[in-house]
Amino acid sequence: MTFSTSSPPAPLLSVRDLSICFDTRHGPLRAVDGITFDLAPGEILGMVGESGAGKSLTGTAITGLLERPGRIDRGEIHFEGQRIDTLGAEEMRRLRGRKIGAIFQDPLTSLNPLMTVGQQLVQTIRTHMPLSREAARKRAISFLEEVGIPAPEARIDQYPHQFSGGMRQRVVIALALCAEPSLVIADEPTTALDVSIQAQILDLLKRMCRDHGAAVILVTHDMGVIAETADRVAVMYSGRVVEIGPVEKVVRDPHHPYTTGLMQSIPRVGSGAERLTQIDGAMPRLTALPDGCAFHPRCPRAFAECSRSKPASLPVEGGHVACHLYQGEPA
Amino acid sequence: MTMTDASQPEPLVSVRGLSKTFDLSAPFLNRLIERKGMQHLRAVDGLDIEIPRGKTFSLVGESGCGKSTVAKLVVGLHVATAGEVRFDGTDLTALPAAERGTFRKRIQMIFQDPYASLNPRWRVRDIIAEPLRSFGITNSRAEEREEVGRLLEMVGLSAQDGEKFPHQFSGGQRQRISIARAISSRPEFLVCDEPTSALDVSVQSQVLNLMRDLQDELGLTYLFISHDLAVVDFMSDYVGVMYLGRLVEAGPAERIFSAPEHPYTRLLMDTVPDIAMGRRDRAPVTGEVPNPINPPPGCSFNPRCPLANARCRESAPELIARAGGTVVACHAVAEGRADLTGTAPAGIVGRDEPTACRGAA
Ligand SMILES: Nc1ncnc2c1ncn2[C@@H]1O[C@H](COP(=O)(O)OP(=O)(O)OP(=O)(O)O)[C@@H](O)[C@H]1O
Ligand SMILES: Nc1ncnc2c1ncn2[C@@H]1O[C@H](COP(=O)(O)OP(=O)(O)OP(=O)(O)O)[C@@H](O)[C@H]1O
Ligand code: SF4
Ligand code: SF4
Ligand SMILES: [Mg+2]
Ligand SMILES: [Mg+2]
Repeated sequence: MTFSTSSPPAPLLSVRDLSICFDTRHGPLRAVDGITFDLAPGEILGMVGESGAGKSLTGTAITGLLERPGRIDRGEIHFEGQRIDTLGAEEMRRLRGRKIGAIFQDPLTSLNPLMTVGQQLVQTIRTHMPLSREAARKRAISFLEEVGIPAPEARIDQYPHQFSGGMRQRVVIALALCAEPSLVIADEPTTALDVSIQAQILDLLKRMCRDHGAAVILVTHDMGVIAETADRVAVMYSGRVVEIGPVEKVVRDPHHPYTTGLMQSIPRVGSGAERLTQIDGAMPRLTALPDGCAFHPRCPRAFAECSRSKPASLPVEGGHVACHLYQGEPA
Repeated sequence: MTMTDASQPEPLVSVRGLSKTFDLSAPFLNRLIERKGMQHLRAVDGLDIEIPRGKTFSLVGESGCGKSTVAKLVVGLHVATAGEVRFDGTDLTALPAAERGTFRKRIQMIFQDPYASLNPRWRVRDIIAEPLRSFGITNSRAEEREEVGRLLEMVGLSAQDGEKFPHQFSGGQRQRISIARAISSRPEFLVCDEPTSALDVSVQSQVLNLMRDLQDELGLTYLFISHDLAVVDFMSDYVGVMYLGRLVEAGPAERIFSAPEHPYTRLLMDTVPDIAMGRRDRAPVTGEVPNPINPPPGCSFNPRCPLANARCRESAPELIARAGGTVVACHAVAEGRADLTGTAPAGIVGRDEPTACRGAA
């Protein structure tokens, strides 16, 4: 099964039936449950979904940084035609940075507080590229400029704590991109950024895709960012991809009831709303997953079948949806 | 300058001339050897804000403009270089450390970086219970346990989650833990630095609705920081727009959103992404990125402002009161040459209607 349209180029990344679980005293807890998608070179795949749905874990698994007690218990990950979920730690470490750049959700935890911003960038650049110290420093300064740090020559020798939250986030982005990886996993890369800097970062990502054929997985809760940047979007809920398809389709004409609720929750400037629309209730805990469709306790359109069986992910107009409402439709 | 109308009582929080300068100089010996001068960064420069009890004042502005520094100054995590922070009549900046204790319970902060503010070695229940214990809010273990469970459920987690450690949660879940912790001591004044930036929209809606409910029930006062203007629009009674450490426009939220006057505010309102418009390349903000170490003379916005003239490059504009209860620091606005509707300055106001509209199809 593939999610791309007519005769696509060979995928850069291919994730097949990926499942991640945590071993606990009470047995394994499944946090990611059989997700499948392809990513073509130059493509940007947006990933949205409820907090705790498994977006970051998916990114962590692809970069090979999943830590015990977490483990991949089913499925495969292929990158540039090579299976990577079975690679050893050392091989994975070499792939990361050079070929796979990762921007994590916690900007502070990915920076070393004891090293200046410049030392960290120069070290990363020189690990992956044959450059002299001076050339690497030049490259570091130009990358800081690319991510919108004012007066980079003056600020490169400062420590992370001397930067604002958004500036730290941009240093992490510069660190992930400075070796020109072919796959970028960007987990909430612009959460702390105002819209104009955000636009600059998204431009940089788009440019890397256009000029170097890099592919990006962009995890964000900001549908504005997705609409503006991504080619396709995957919507996750409770460890599964419940809907995936071209952005315009999913944003304008969502199929899955969770996606519909998500679109309605977006606050708008000038709406004058007294309350924001919210999907009532909370995502089920991993220890108490309901039978059938995990969304059924909150779904306004649930019917008898929903609490009985898990809906399969089936094709609908260019994308795929996992919901019993669409199980009857012809593929 | 005042943003409260006359009928309103004394503001709960009143900030006057607040400034913070960071010393970025290399150590003395290096300066001597490398012949480098002292280097200072003025992160906050003469800020005035008033927040009436039970209201929300939001700070907006570019990354690095000084919002978090203001937040930390207000709660006492930074020592102000100049100015005062009055809380319920007391100047906190002049208070000896020993007397600050009583205010700690009344003022709480939610930090921009949720992970860094949670002790990784503590269980979540202890993180949330710590303020309950130290302020003597709960009297027994059972009561404490119940209260922690209640707080966790309020932010959309479950009572059992208290047994886990911070690293076992997703980014958005951690942010909710820090919110639960901040409200546990039942503060009167909550400083929220990007409290929902890592949350997906539906959880964000739950948290923001919760924050408004708490405000209605408990009369909470908020200093709110967010880069998401739709969120600011929903939460705020008053909005202050910062640029390079200074307030350039402030006033009632509906006024700032419907009729922004400062060229920078208008630019800000214009860059709101619009999901209805789909994929496009946003007009990038032109001009050089401001450098807080060596700010341009005169109005610090002048290198990027299409209305800038010789006066703007020489003297910094002061805040002046405008119709509608706002204050604006801009020579063009003061001189009446910042026409808002007819000839919009190119690259700044891209539409006739200045209200930014962000909506789904
Ligand atoms: N070390 C761990 N031990 C146990 N459970 C974990 C661990 N790390 C993550 N989880 C659980 O796995 C689920 C998925 O987490 P993940 O971080 O992928 O969520 P997410 O979709 O990125 O959410 P957010 O939008 O809030 O960042 C969550 O329910 C989380 O509690
Ligand atoms: N401890 C510090 N030492 C030196 N400089 C600092 C320190 N803290 C902040 N700064 C500088 O002060 C300026 C304002 O930082 P601040 O964190 O207040 O910005 P902000 O408006 O919160 O930005 P963001 O939206 O990115 O979080 C920045 O240029 C920053 O580098
Ligand atoms: S399968 Fe049923 S419960 Fe699940 S989303 Fe579809 S209609 Fe709702
Ligand atoms: S004072 Fe001059 S430079 Fe500054 S915002 Fe107004 S017109 Fe622009
Ligand atoms: Mg995450
Ligand atoms: Mg900040």
